[in-house]
Amino acid sequence: MGEKLLMKGNEALAEGAVRAGCRFFAGYPITPQNEVPEYMSWRLSEAGGTFIQAESEVAAINMLYGAAATGTRTMTSSSSPGISLKQEGVSYCAGADLPIFFANVVRGGPGLGNISGSQGDYFQSTRGGGHGDYRVFVMAPNSVEEMGNFPLKCYETAEKYRVPAMILADGILGQMMEPIEFKFEAIDPKQLKAPDWALGVNEGRPKRIVRSYDLREGALEHLTLSRAKRYKEIEDKEALCEEKMTEDADLILVAYGTASRVCQAALKMARESGLKVGLARPITLWPFPKKKLSELSARAKSLLVVEMSLGQMIEDVKLAVECRLSVHLHARCSGAVLTGEEVFQAVQGLLKKSKKGEALCSR
Amino acid sequence: MQQVNKKPKSLTEARMHYCPGCGHGIAHRLVAECIDELGVQGRAVGVAPVGCSVFADDYFNCDMIQGPHGRGPAIATGIKRCRPQCVVFSYQGDGDLASIGMAETIHSAARSENITLVFINNSIYGMTGGQMAPTTLLGQKSTTSPKGRDAAVNGYPIRVCELLSQLEGARYLERTSVHSAAHVIKTKKALKKAFQCQLDNKGFSMVEVLSMCPTNLGITPKECVKFIAEKMLPQYPLGVYKDLDAKKG
Amino acid sequence: MPEIKVDEVRCKGCELCTAACPKQCIVMSETFGVTGYYPAKFSKPEACTGCALCAQICPDLAIEVYK
Repeated sequence: MGEKLLMKGNEALAEGAVRAGCRFFAGYPITPQNEVPEYMSWRLSEAGGTFIQAESEVAAINMLYGAAATGTRTMTSSSSPGISLKQEGVSYCAGADLPIFFANVVRGGPGLGNISGSQGDYFQSTRGGGHGDYRVFVMAPNSVEEMGNFPLKCYETAEKYRVPAMILADGILGQMMEPIEFKFEAIDPKQLKAPDWALGVNEGRPKRIVRSYDLREGALEHLTLSRAKRYKEIEDKEALCEEKMTEDADLILVAYGTASRVCQAALKMARESGLKVGLARPITLWPFPKKKLSELSARAKSLLVVEMSLGQMIEDVKLAVECRLSVHLHARCSGAVLTGEEVFQAVQGLLKKSKKGEALCSR
Repeated sequence: MQQVNKKPKSLTEARMHYCPGCGHGIAHRLVAECIDELGVQGRAVGVAPVGCSVFADDYFNCDMIQGPHGRGPAIATGIKRCRPQCVVFSYQGDGDLASIGMAETIHSAARSENITLVFINNSIYGMTGGQMAPTTLLGQKSTTSPKGRDAAVNGYPIRVCELLSQLEGARYLERTSVHSAAHVIKTKKALKKAFQCQLDNKGFSMVEVLSMCPTNLGITPKECVKFIAEKMLPQYPLGVYKDLDAKKG
Repeated sequence: MPEIKVDEVRCKGCELCTAACPKQCIVMSETFGVTGYYPAKFSKPEACTGCALCAQICPDLAIEVYK
């Protein structure tokens, strides 16, 4: 704590997880997240934890399922195709109420795609990702500093509500180097209270079962509904959103992760040209900061959603503002990188149209 | 008069759901007896991936975890690495262990994870209703090989013990059967050796148990016993395929 | 004299015990048990040696052997 370090995003992610108490990591090589398992391979042995290079992403997530069932803070990371492979396991963790933590350093898709940064996995992350009715707590950092500081919040939230938690980053955030300060004291997992559901040496207590099924009539619905109550609580309490210059803004940019950094550049250009533009950055993608966006929609005249995907987050934005104002999209996809200039031009175009009194058509 | 046989403490009172004549009940009892006799009930953790035995979490009286199809060895790896003092076993069928989960089986053996696999080979998919398994014999009928398994179409059955015996990480491998009382007694000895291998920190152990699935073979339990003796044994010879101690001796 | 007790609730009538008994002491009942199966029945108490092979093969822990 307090010390400024220069780190790559992927390394910060790994170091942040270890400092947050992670003592089990299983992963499989895939670009652009390879620095995470590479870092963990020496760092966890130093910290007295376990690193396993698994035979596949499928094996890795199931190693986590077992490790998390012992009450250990666990982590796996991958990039888009590998995260798709892990989704069955994430669904099992959700169904068995196991608080795992994982990170997706997203690359361009679909298919093998490319290894550039992208935001194409937004739907997969925020809708559960695997089979069945469940949610995953999703945080979207936009700097190396956040890559390193978000894992702790993910562990705490995952354990409090017994849900999987993830960081949705991208190849750019994973690969870039920036100064970082870890803003919390490193946690010794031995000091954490052992959960009352964890498997292990039982010392005379009744047996414990971790499972994701219930075949009794009506029982599974009952179980899922009790989980849904926790989801509701997460939606009420855990949504995070950052705002910049929204107080007087006519047009508010909405963007997360790398796209939000690009938008900051566009915001600066816009303000320098006297345009009243602001920025809202969802930090949690599930829960989506619906209330905050709803509030902003009462103030601003229109929203411009900027994504490195074909138009995925815009659906959540529209649901949040309930048609109270026009919502536009500026999108690049499949690994194409946004520039501040192109976003600024999109802003200028929109504001010009609205000045002329032209109807602003969405998308 | 004294009772000769006692129900093991490591089994619950639950009446098992298995079909009449199914070998799972026997194998469950043997595993539980080993856990009792080795005195490790308080630190045993069982893994039950998808298959008929997925409900084993209700039957074993120790900590249990149910898992996705085929992933038992990966789950057991996660548990054992985090809690090395626990005795961790994964109880799996042939579709689970030798088809969808073959990668996890081979790699947990290659890593010599200090876990014990109990592998029930009854030559057929049970829970899903009698489809062809990786262990189904040539010519054997199943709901997905209605004319009998044809090597030209379906390939050949897999001998898992023989396959794993090539790996340095596999430390104890034995194939047994539960089709007769004498074989049941031998199976228990094999299971105990496998668990002892884990207790001695020697690494990966597995016992493959040939077992009856009369329902899905469409025959009576007695006919199923005959099927194992006459058809399965020639394809799957019983015996020890790897024993670290025997090598030393 | 050794004897066995068959738990009719646990027995599923698979008949494996009848084949396992070296003295043919076990037969199948001719009437349904409570669970709808024909349970195993101890039929020749005089021949039973208490070897417990029936209990070894029983998949349902339905047989208790006394000696």
